[in-house]
Amino acid sequence: MDFGQSSQPAGAASTKIVVAGGFGVGKTTLVGAVSEIVPLRTEALVTNESTGVDDLAATPMKSTTTVAMDFGRITLGEDLVLYLFGTPGQRRFWFMWDDLVRGAIGAVVLVDTQRLDEAFAAVDYFEAKQLPFIVAINEFDGAQRFPVDEVREALALPIHTPVMAIDARNRESAKAALVRVTEYALDQIISGIGGPQTSVAHY
Amino acid sequence: MAPQHRDDEDHVPTAGIVRPYALTLGRTRSSVNLPVEVMIQQLPLARRAQWAGHDQNARIIEACEERTSVAEIAAAVGLPLGVVRVLLGDLIEQGYLEVAAVVLSDSSTLTERKDLIERTLRGLRAI
Ligand SMILES: Nc1nc2c(ncn2[C@@H]2O[C@H](COP(=O)(O)OP(=O)(O)OP(=O)(O)O)[C@@H](O)[C@H]2O)c(=O)[nH]1
Ligand SMILES: [Mg+2]
Repeated sequence: MDFGQSSQPAGAASTKIVVAGGFGVGKTTLVGAVSEIVPLRTEALVTNESTGVDDLAATPMKSTTTVAMDFGRITLGEDLVLYLFGTPGQRRFWFMWDDLVRGAIGAVVLVDTQRLDEAFAAVDYFEAKQLPFIVAINEFDGAQRFPVDEVREALALPIHTPVMAIDARNRESAKAALVRVTEYALDQIISGIGGPQTSVAHY
Repeated sequence: MAPQHRDDEDHVPTAGIVRPYALTLGRTRSSVNLPVEVMIQQLPLARRAQWAGHDQNARIIEACEERTSVAEIAAAVGLPLGVVRVLLGDLIEQGYLEVAAVVLSDSSTLTERKDLIERTLRGLRAI
């Protein structure tokens, strides 16, 4: 691990789990349900240089976009803190995910069955990065319940990818999703699949 | 001056000069590798230093009075993550702050990875 020069007692560590998914799917709600702090917001400043989208080369004024990311914290003992990062699922924010997923235990892809297609980008991304992820169906009131297998099929998930239904507002339910992704990440290591570090590109 | 391929609606562009990076003299890369979850804390030098109250560095150092993550520091001082990373990197190199906990990284061994994930799992099950 990095930072061996620390004067902290050996073993002090921090880690993170990423919560991804489409617009308004309940990412911040999930983070807030389990976090010991009200979710905080931090911003990444995206210039036209890093998005490659804008064509402003001719002008000294650069266009910038601010991408907000919500996060929460769970203290898991005196020497271990887990951070949860809720991050926008749109493709154009992938540059941000690269930074976020580096070193993450895994990801929870939150989906709304009414808008399953919004999860495609996140699923593609985590598969490509070989970051362990689970799919959590946020069961909005009144929404038609989808059998887990139908969601798995619609998202073309491998048979071993965990899919579960949750209520993002409920602490125990949100916690169950975190436990599941952490167990899954551990299974992947034990079964020799390893983690994301083999494929995460340097930036 | 609209972006060419806007692929969703929730995009809020703000036109303007990239002022926040003026604080870093234009540098966008930190000298120290600082993932968002890394914990930072003050060193004795920080407590001895006399900082002007409005100084960005003073605000960052103040935010690190207790072991705090890079993300929390950015939220506390209200500056974009990238900017805070560069400023933190300088303060670490200058001996005001230090990294105060390990994180998983590309160079973590499988054993380190497994140990931290196991600890996290035990912790999550216990809360
Ligand atoms: N009924 C119901 N409402 C929910 C549930 N989860 C989230 N909501 C509501 O859905 C809205 C969006 O939830 P957020 O947690 O802000 O979603 P988000 O994914 O963080 O949204 P963005 O960050 O804007 O993409 C909020 O008004 C929530 O209160 C749920 O399980 N049931
Ligand atoms: Mg949100």
